[in-house]
Amino acid sequence: MTAPRTTDAPPDAPPTGVRVPKRRGVELVLLLGAVLISVCGYAEVGLAHDGAVPPDAARYGAGLGLLALLAHLAVRFRAPYADPLLLPIALLLNGLGLVLIYRLDLETPRDQAATPQLIWSTLGVALFIVVVLLLRDHRALQGYAYVSVAAALALMILPIFFPAVNGARIWIRIGGLSFQPGEFAKILLAVFFAAYLSANLSALAYAGRRIWRFQFPTWRVLGPIVAIWLLSVLVLVLERDLGTSLLFFGLFVIMLYVATGRTGWIAIGLLLAAAGAFLIGSVEPHVHSRVQDWLDPYASIRAGDGPGQLAQSLFAFAAGGMLGTGLGLGHSVLIGFAAKSDFILATAGEELGLLGLAALFLLYALFVARGYRAGLALRDPFGRLLAVGLASIVALQVFVIAGGVMGLIPLTGMAMPFLAQGGSSVVTNWVIVALLVRVSDSARAPRPESADTGELARVEAGR
Amino acid sequence: MIRYIRRAAALCLVLLVALLVNAGRVMLVEADELDANPANRRGAIARWAEPRGAILVDGRPVTGSRDSGQQLRWERTYRRGPLYAPVTGHASQTYGTTMVEDAEDSLLSGTDPMLAPLPLWNDLTRGRSPGGAVVTTIRASMQEAAYRGLDGKRGAVVALEPSSGRILALVSSPSYEPGVLSGTGADVKDAWARLTTSPNQPMLNRALRQTYPPGSTFKIVTAAAALDSGVVRDVDAPTDTPDPFVLPGTRQVLPNEARGCEDASLAYALQWSCNTVMAGLGVDVGLEDMVGTAERFGFDDTTLRVPSWVAKSNFDRVMSPDQLALSSIGQFDTTATPLQMAMVAAAVANTGEIAQPYLVDRTTTSGGTTVDRTPRRSYRQAMSPSTALQLQRLMVKAVEEGTGTNGAIPGARVGGKTGTAQHGFGNTGTPYAWFIAWAQAEDSGRPAVAVAVVVEDAEAARTDISGGGSAAPIARDVMREALRLEAESRGTPGARGTRAGEKAAPARPRGAPGARPPEATPPATVPTPPTRPRGVPGGRGRADSGD
Repeated sequence: MTAPRTTDAPPDAPPTGVRVPKRRGVELVLLLGAVLISVCGYAEVGLAHDGAVPPDAARYGAGLGLLALLAHLAVRFRAPYADPLLLPIALLLNGLGLVLIYRLDLETPRDQAATPQLIWSTLGVALFIVVVLLLRDHRALQGYAYVSVAAALALMILPIFFPAVNGARIWIRIGGLSFQPGEFAKILLAVFFAAYLSANLSALAYAGRRIWRFQFPTWRVLGPIVAIWLLSVLVLVLERDLGTSLLFFGLFVIMLYVATGRTGWIAIGLLLAAAGAFLIGSVEPHVHSRVQDWLDPYASIRAGDGPGQLAQSLFAFAAGGMLGTGLGLGHSVLIGFAAKSDFILATAGEELGLLGLAALFLLYALFVARGYRAGLALRDPFGRLLAVGLASIVALQVFVIAGGVMGLIPLTGMAMPFLAQGGSSVVTNWVIVALLVRVSDSARAPRPESADTGELARVEAGR
Repeated sequence: MIRYIRRAAALCLVLLVALLVNAGRVMLVEADELDANPANRRGAIARWAEPRGAILVDGRPVTGSRDSGQQLRWERTYRRGPLYAPVTGHASQTYGTTMVEDAEDSLLSGTDPMLAPLPLWNDLTRGRSPGGAVVTTIRASMQEAAYRGLDGKRGAVVALEPSSGRILALVSSPSYEPGVLSGTGADVKDAWARLTTSPNQPMLNRALRQTYPPGSTFKIVTAAAALDSGVVRDVDAPTDTPDPFVLPGTRQVLPNEARGCEDASLAYALQWSCNTVMAGLGVDVGLEDMVGTAERFGFDDTTLRVPSWVAKSNFDRVMSPDQLALSSIGQFDTTATPLQMAMVAAAVANTGEIAQPYLVDRTTTSGGTTVDRTPRRSYRQAMSPSTALQLQRLMVKAVEEGTGTNGAIPGARVGGKTGTAQHGFGNTGTPYAWFIAWAQAEDSGRPAVAVAVVVEDAEAARTDISGGGSAAPIARDVMREALRLEAESRGTPGARGTRAGEKAAPARPRGAPGARPPEATPPATVPTPPTRPRGVPGGRGRADSGD
């Protein structure tokens, strides 16, 4: 264990005793920029639609600014060395999401989503502050590996007992609030995977048989993790939430690869994925129709049934072109159902154009890159795996849904992180930001004791 | 582990690049194709997002727009829709556009690049200019006179200004309210179903798109061919045609409705509409010259646009002599649109030259700045000027004391030709009544109007008079209105002359040139005809017809 760690020593790990800049000022300026951009977008929607700035634009800006300030203070107070980009990017994406949802609300007077989304966002930021304040060290999570996985499975199984909504049993409806527990499960699973893999690193990497060029670990080590993964995938297939299923699968493969460095995992992963995709695609009608839709989005037009959702989404992107129609001037509402959630990116594409869309993608990429960077800078395997896992959740989610609504891969229902309508998603994403802020703080903070955290943090998970 | 994290990060980079490349594919490469997809509503939404430009008749809009509050926001409305439907057509959000609404669609909907303040301006700003206006050549009072005259009967009226080609009236009856098709929804679908299945075919533009056997009105074309080809050198000389006339190569006898047609002169034959004489002349002229003349009048032209497209009027190019004989009196496969027959009358009135007929005088921006103006263009020289002048005289005679007396207007020089076209299997259908004519105010240098009227369900029996009976009075009312408008524009109080003028009118065509008022000399633009053909046959005509 010691040998690989020394060779893997992060190149930019701060030498002890040297003063590391905290960069909280940069974060504050960037947050101010994020709030300003969001407020400008809000005003522009009003100007384009009604010819006047919405009367509550100032209030909206003040509210968003207050949230940003509180989050910033929490970070400054409890995670002073955190990456200064994570929080501003999250706030900007969330602010733009609110603008896009507000913009779509103007077209659907009977279905107002901006206010609930704002409440959920506030809740998300509040949770962010709570996590940053209470979780002093991410290694504390390592002890909750099995609690996490039990909670994750419980959350995923729970919606099976509730009625299906739009073909998927992933919601819990209590009163007027609907809630998607699977969203939280992904953080819990990432925590579990990180804890379990870091605890069994050497067993996974070096024990086991060698078949041809690939080395496979013993079943004793691999068994529990594959079982839990299979269980989660099974639950998701039963619930027909294929986006999340795909996400868990990808997350599992990436974390396993990062932990062991075995290309065999990638091979097994791809094989399993291909087999699973073929099986589900041919057996399950819901998925089958999605695949058909992906292969030929315009079949329904030729059949005389009018354009389907995916075709409408592609029309919206095409209408955007290079520069877009301008906020508030597109017609992405033609997509109809799920325009504010799964298809929110189509509105961004139509009204902000390829340039705006590329900017959004780059924001996500930057966010993911900062997550990976924190992982690289950390010294403890759990922290590394957690950072990589959380960043990969965001990356995979963006790819699956953006690729789905743009016809790159079959469409699976999933929320665009921060942008899309959906309370559970927003809250979950803010927790991811909080964890990454915490992890990045540990990565950059000049703490002499961090040299031997890896040993201290090991959990007796294998027993 | 660092290496593997970096590789995982590289995977994320690959995913990002895939997303960006795919975005470029959808939003740039395939964008035009997707924008043009008929299922993409964006085009329609943009098209109806602003009020459509107006179509003007006599300087007043006959169209409007109504805010429907729907996704396709502005719906077309029409003022006096049925009256102007053959001109405007309809602009439907469900069923597309027709007629001027169709031909000038890019201007009316604001996409015409000519409307933009600067070249490529709208492309750059993703904007759309306000719809421009289309100023038509239609005169409201003539249009109304024609519509009133048809009175819901199936038929059509076309009136032209012979010298310019301006279409002054364009009426099809029965008509429809184009406004009922404007929007979307069940009402529009019901209206469409009702209009398209109605046996009266109210949406058929009979003036431009329906062809009828022209019957005896086609004899003007045959006469022009006979004169131009030299088959007839003297309109008052007897022709060698028997009555009854046996169609060449058959035993079929061609009947005459008129009397005294045996060996009758061309003048007599046109005046009383002798089938035998004209059929015989057609055969004498021969297929080649008959086809040539018919085509110079506009028959067999598939490219005519006014700017709405016009159905092809037909004169067969390959025929046996008996078919040619029948075709020469406007039967067999010969068919013509009312516009075509108005052009025949206009050719005679305008000394043989047909001006390109047009319906759109000019187009303007929404602010009224002229975008484009239709220039006067010559369509074809249908016959020589001398032939035209002789035919003018013969047509005047047919109105004064022939089959077309119902078309006469006191105080004006009116030439006309009636027609009754038999049709249907074994000619059992109700005949179509035709009247084509032109009119010239006595104090004007040139005819003010040429008109063609067709009435499908003429009530009269199958006699040649029915053209004069049902159709001629309609033509007379339309021409009277045209003369009144012309007089107004010239500043004279009224076209209807005094009693003296009324008496003078018949004297003129027969003509001692001295009887013509000095201002009546043809204007410089019209080729001055040689004096001989006008003078010589004129003198004889008086002696020979002797009726």
